[in-house]
Amino acid sequence: MNAKSFKVDLLARVEGEGGFAIKIKDQNVKEVKLNIFEPPRFFEAFLRGRKYTEAPDITARICGICPVAYQMSACHAAEDAFEIHPEGAIRELRRLLYCGEWIESHALHIYMLHAPDFLGYEDVIQMAKDHPDAVQRGLRLKKIGNALMILLGGREIHPINVRVGGFYKAPTKKELQALEADLKWARDAAVKTAEWVATFTFPEFQRDYEFVALTHPKEYALNEGRLVSNKGLNIPIADYEQHFVEEHVPHSNALHSVLHERNTYFVGPLARYNLNFNQLSPLAQESAKRIGLERPCRNPFQGIVVRAIETVYACDEALRIFANYEPPDPPFVDVTPQVGTGHGCTEAPRGILYHKYRFDEHGLILSAKIVPPTAQNLKTIEHDLSEFASTRLHLPNDRLQWQCEQAVRNYDPCISCATHSLRVHVQRV
Amino acid sequence: MSAARLQTIFIGVGNPFRGDDGVGIAVLQLIRPKIPSDVKVVEETGDGVELLEVWKDADRVILVDAVQSGAPPGTIHRIDARSEKLPRWFSHSSTHAFGIAEAIELARTMNELPASVIIYGIVGLDFSAGTALSPEVAQVVPKAAQQVLREILAMPLASSSRP
Repeated sequence: MNAKSFKVDLLARVEGEGGFAIKIKDQNVKEVKLNIFEPPRFFEAFLRGRKYTEAPDITARICGICPVAYQMSACHAAEDAFEIHPEGAIRELRRLLYCGEWIESHALHIYMLHAPDFLGYEDVIQMAKDHPDAVQRGLRLKKIGNALMILLGGREIHPINVRVGGFYKAPTKKELQALEADLKWARDAAVKTAEWVATFTFPEFQRDYEFVALTHPKEYALNEGRLVSNKGLNIPIADYEQHFVEEHVPHSNALHSVLHERNTYFVGPLARYNLNFNQLSPLAQESAKRIGLERPCRNPFQGIVVRAIETVYACDEALRIFANYEPPDPPFVDVTPQVGTGHGCTEAPRGILYHKYRFDEHGLILSAKIVPPTAQNLKTIEHDLSEFASTRLHLPNDRLQWQCEQAVRNYDPCISCATHSLRVHVQRV
Repeated sequence: MSAARLQTIFIGVGNPFRGDDGVGIAVLQLIRPKIPSDVKVVEETGDGVELLEVWKDADRVILVDAVQSGAPPGTIHRIDARSEKLPRWFSHSSTHAFGIAEAIELARTMNELPASVIIYGIVGLDFSAGTALSPEVAQVVPKAAQQVLREILAMPLASSSRP
């Protein structure tokens, strides 16, 4: 038997841990399995019997990687159940906080995790030797995103200033103004980032994906909207479970999320860009056009370019909010718990994050359901790998494995709560 | 006190919701009351980029985190990051794609590594979701805390390389 196999550590540059295995037989990809442990089940159990006020903070601890997304989905779900609707400056501040997380997260992924793939470096440490200015730019961009998160959230890792109904404390106008120059720098840097990543060479690869994102009539959706797709989906978030199901698969602890009608789907920057391009700010649209980014963009390797465009947007949007800001007083809407079920769905940097809670009359959580974006992309990643690897079987194993790792990183998969290593296993039998 | 005068920073890294990953925070909490006020104490989740920022103005860094080195659970490793590269297993010990090991090596590449960086790695057993430490790990917390505290209190002034 001519069997060849090896394992390669892939922890570097994928958030978290997990593993994938590719089995090749007779020059065909027989099987692709992503094996990722998923934490939300633990948190769902942990939340039962706790008060609604605890949900935003506890779910934010699921991972330190996108805490704002967890807080926002949790807050919106509770507010949905209790029938309150924070508007005006509170709503704007939430968008601003989310912009901070997008800037922070996208800068990290673009510069620290993904760019080294395209420039042929093992990691950003090697890349920094030849591209110190780019790395410094990425670090500063991320830091400015963090600064926004600190200002609004209290702590960038697990923001503690967010509450159901709004914020414990709103920033002053002066505090926002103090960040304005940095944000302007960040916006310029984001435009440069888009120009820089657009020069990379992308593998020829695209599939006919079903892109799913929130869409809002008046804005590039972050916190609110309907769930739409390029294949006809158009539903309120409360109908999520009628259309999306989580499947148990034998090779993974993680549930794979699929659409009832059409199976796999794609969430995240590419989906948002394709569905909501017209709501990007003029500068972001212009940047995309100038660098020749196609629309729709169906090549997941170009996710890095779309992240850069979204970073331009997030900076632009933050500056728009700065310009019109009047501190809300009080910075929250009063909350009166009531029996009910609430749904929250917001656009985490990696795509839609769905929360659903059932509450009793005291606001105690009876049940919780959390579907993170990476769980929704898992099956799509597996399909990508299968198709991508099948056209590259002539490559030596190490080359093939390297390119497959890159294909996984397109999704910036956040699997930060798994066991402690992500290994690629390419097996030829 | 201004940030410019800050010299020593003690960083506990971990996520208390991830079983033994929380051991760094457990150590920090145990010794926090005994740490002199001129030492900055910080809790972190292990985001390397954040660490680059946190220790920017520090001359001396002491950091404690959970690791998986292959040694038995509860083993305490001490690494002088100025004089040696972090072992490869260290980067397997982060839930962050860009973790502590990456931050240290990137800072070294960019000549931004603080003058002294001492890393304590405590070998964990179970990193799955949960709020309790494994018994093997919990029982070394007082010993690790003692050792770390001694290091904090005994730190010499501005020594840039240590054996």
